[in-house]
Amino acid sequence: MEQVAHRRHPNYIGVWVGLAVLTAVELTVAFLPWPKRTIILLLVFLAVWKALMVALYFMHLRYETNRMRILAIAPLPLAVIMVMAVITEYVW
Amino acid sequence: MAHAPTHASVMEPSPDAEQGSGVYNEKLGMWIFLLSEIMFFTALIGSYIILRFSHPDAWTAPGKTLNIPVTAVNTFILICSSVTMVKAYASVADGNQRMLRLWLVLTVLIGATFVGIQAYEYTHLIEKGFVPSAGLYGTTFYTMTGFHGFHVTMGVLCMSFVTWKAFRGRYTAADHRGVEVIGLYWHFVDLVWIILFTIVYLI
Repeated sequence: MEQVAHRRHPNYIGVWVGLAVLTAVELTVAFLPWPKRTIILLLVFLAVWKALMVALYFMHLRYETNRMRILAIAPLPLAVIMVMAVITEYVW
Repeated sequence: MAHAPTHASVMEPSPDAEQGSGVYNEKLGMWIFLLSEIMFFTALIGSYIILRFSHPDAWTAPGKTLNIPVTAVNTFILICSSVTMVKAYASVADGNQRMLRLWLVLTVLIGATFVGIQAYEYTHLIEKGFVPSAGLYGTTFYTMTGFHGFHVTMGVLCMSFVTWKAFRGRYTAADHRGVEVIGLYWHFVDLVWIILFTIVYLI
C-alpha cells in the first residue's frame, strides 16, 4: 500500500445519515392531511436541501475554488428562465 | 509606421494572463457535460410541470398508481451508492488501494440493484396497464424515469470500467482523476433522482 499522509475528509457518513433522515421526513410529509400547496412547498424545500447536500459534500463543491462554484451554478438562472418560460405557456 | 500584429501574436495570451482554469481537463470537461445535463433535465421537468398543471385530471393521487414504498427503498439505495462512491474517492486519495476496490465494487453492485428494481417496477406497472401510451401520466413518467435509468445504466457501465482499471492498479493517491470524474457523474445522477422522486412520486 502506498504510504500517504491521510487527508481530512468531510463526514460522509454523517451526510448519508442526513440524507436518509430527510428522505424519511419527505415520505411522512407527502401523506400528511395538510393543504396540497403546503405539502408541495415543503417537499420541494426538502428535495433542494438534499440536492444541496449531495452537491456540496459528495461533489465537493464546498471545497472547490470560487471559479468552479460559479461554473457549477452558471446554468441555474438559465434553468429558472426555461421553467418560467414554459409556465407562461400554461398561464396564457 | 507601426506594423500590424501577426496572427500568432494576436492569439498569444498576454504575459500576465492566467493560464488554464486551475482544474485538470477531465474534471472541467465533466463539469461542462453536467451543466448541459442540468439543462436537459430542466427541459424534462419544465415540460412535466406545465403538463401537470394544465391537465391535473390526468394524474392520480401519490401512491395510487406508483409503488412509493419500493421507490423509496430504491431512492435510499441510490443514496447509499453515492456514499460508497465518495468513500472510494477518499480511499484512493489516502492511497488505500484495497478499500478503493471494495468501495468501487459495492458502488457498481448497488447501482445495478437500482436499475434492477426500476426494471421490476416497470414490469409490474406495465402488467397493471400503466404503459407509456397510457395518457400524459404514463408518457411523462416513463420519459423522465426512463432517461434517468438510462443515465444510471451508463454510469454502472463506466463505473465497471473504472473498477477494472482500479484492479489493475491504475489509480494512485497522486493521480486518481478517473475515480473523481466518474464520481462527479454518479453523484449528479443521484442528485437528479432526488428531485425526480419528489416531483414524480410524492407530489
